[in-house]
Parts: sequence; C-alpha cells; structure tokens
Amino acid sequence: MSITIQLDGRPHPLPDACTLATLVGALGHAPHAVATAVDGVFVPRARRAEITLRDGAAVLLFQPIVGG
Amino acid sequence: MSSHTHTVQPHNDSWRVGDVTLTSRFLLGTAGYPSPQILGDAIAASRTEVVTVGLKRTLASGGDNGFVASIRNAVRANGARLLPNTAGCRTAREAVQLAHMARELFDTPWIKLEVVGDEHTLQPDPFELLIAATELVRAGFTVFPYCTDDLVSGRRLLDAGCPLLMPWGAPIGSGQGLLNPFALRTLRERLPDATLIIDAGIGAPSHAAHAMELGFDAVLLNSAVAQARAPVPMAHAFRLAIEAGRTAWRAGVMAPQDFAVASTPVGGEPLLLGAAA
Repeated sequence: MSITIQLDGRPHPLPDACTLATLVGALGHAPHAVATAVDGVFVPRARRAEITLRDGAAVLLFQPIVGG
Repeated sequence: MSSHTHTVQPHNDSWRVGDVTLTSRFLLGTAGYPSPQILGDAIAASRTEVVTVGLKRTLASGGDNGFVASIRNAVRANGARLLPNTAGCRTAREAVQLAHMARELFDTPWIKLEVVGDEHTLQPDPFELLIAATELVRAGFTVFPYCTDDLVSGRRLLDAGCPLLMPWGAPIGSGQGLLNPFALRTLRERLPDATLIIDAGIGAPSHAAHAMELGFDAVLLNSAVAQARAPVPMAHAFRLAIEAGRTAWRAGVMAPQDFAVASTPVGGEPLLLGAAA
C-alpha cells in the first residue's frame, strides 16, 4: 500500500503509515533544520513522530532564509 | 521609550523590548545582498543588535549559497539577536502558523508580524494583523507588528499586548522616505510612552535621520543598504545618521518659523548704509 501526499504543493508518493518524522529524515533534513506543517497547522518537532500522514495530506517544510 | 531631556548623554541611551536592553537603534534586514561576505560585513558596520530573517519552503528553490550561515556568524560575532518575519502571509491564520515555525527554527519568541492586505502597495492588513497579534501574544510571542501609521489601529495593537509598533514610512522597498510625516508625528505625540520603530520605505540616511528627529525610537531597513552600490559603507552611513537623528531629538530640534528671524543681533538699522547717508 502507498499513499500520495502534497509536499510543498507537489505530489509525493509515500509508503503507508509513514510518519512526519520519517518523511523529514527520508528527505535528508536534520530534524532541527526544518519546521513542519500538516494541512496548514504547525507540527512541533517533538510531535512529528506522532503524526501518521494520510493520503492527500498537505505537508509544508520551511527552512531559514534571508529576510527584511 | 522616547525621551526628550535637557542633558544629552549619548553613551547612556539604551532602550528595551520586554526584558531585553538594546543600545543600537538600527535594525537591519538581510535580504538582497550581493554576497554572504558583504552581508556579514554590513551587519558589522551597522553595529546593529537586531537582524531580520525569514522562512521559505524547502522545495521553493535551491540552497541559500551560504547567506544564512553568514547571518548566524555575524550575529554571533556582533552579539545581535534574530528577528524572524512572517513575510508573504495574507491572513492571520497563515501568519500565526508561520510564527510558530519561526519560533522553533530560530529559537526566539520574537516575531516581526507581517500580514499584507494589498498586493500593489504591500500595505499591512490592520484587521488580520490585530487578530494574529492577539493570538500570538497569548501564545507567548513578543510581537513586532509591521503596521500602517494609523493611530487607532496602533492603539489596538498595543492594547493587545504588542510591546511596540513598527509603522511604515513608505511602501516596502520603495525608498521614498517618510511619506506622511503628519501621521507619524501624531503617532509620536499621542503615544508618548510607546516604543515606535519606523519600518519600510527608508531609502537614504537622511530619511532615517528624519525619523529619529521626529522622536521615533529606532529604524528598521533593508533595501537601502542591500541595494547600495557599496552596502558596507552605506550601513555605516545609516548608523551615523540614526545616531545623529537620535541625538538631535534628545537635544531638541528648534521649532520652524514662517518668516525670517534675524540671528545676528544688529539692532535694526543696516550699519554701513546708515553711516554713508
């Protein structure tokens, strides 16, 4: 079984029962290097392992950048 | 806080945000610099103690070419603090979520709250801004709201628990200076105890000096330094202008007059012409 999530607005296949923490690691990000949101709601770093992604979930990852 | 004393003590002129004491009144943005090295040097030349940063989606573009590392190094070397923003947000809900992400990524409760209501002017949306500010203050954030120069909406933001206001001088990145000095003077006069920081629209050091001469507590700018032909000397120029404007405010700028007022005490008659007659 597999699912497809929307990762930063693009379709992204995942195995079933994948957690947000697993996804962050699979993408090559250190846990502290990104901030995460699922379906428009912030998910703290400490709670990523509790979030099992469902088919169609909208996942956003943010990282630091320059800014004014 | 503003102060207007008879004795000017330039070396004892700190200000506070919550329990944090600051001495520099120059807040500097980090976007649009030619290189990480120039950005780091500009931060050092500005002697700023507050540096703004942002967030982006990881897939939106490639790496940052070392800019963020340069910021972190410069901040560490200069003892400055990071002030993340919520640039790009159009609703209170978006801004609140992004603020939470910024707090986790940058490990600070400080947030420069931006909620834009118009795409052409990038004018803050006063209604969404107040909703977001209220929620973030309750969640323990120290909210720096980027707002218009409207007095009443500014009062509402202070009532919601914002420790300061950051009214625009002109639209972001326009470099037009202070477009509505009357409204800004009104803010200063009607909110004498509030910390007020001019944010956006500053193009030249004279604009920053003008803001400080009006009694504003600090100035935040980015493009005027980043887009200068030589950003590092320009950062230095802004530092001097902000210090000059602040010192002038504390010294008391003279009131303008409608007509000439002779400064040399000659006593009425022109001496040479009077003697020849």
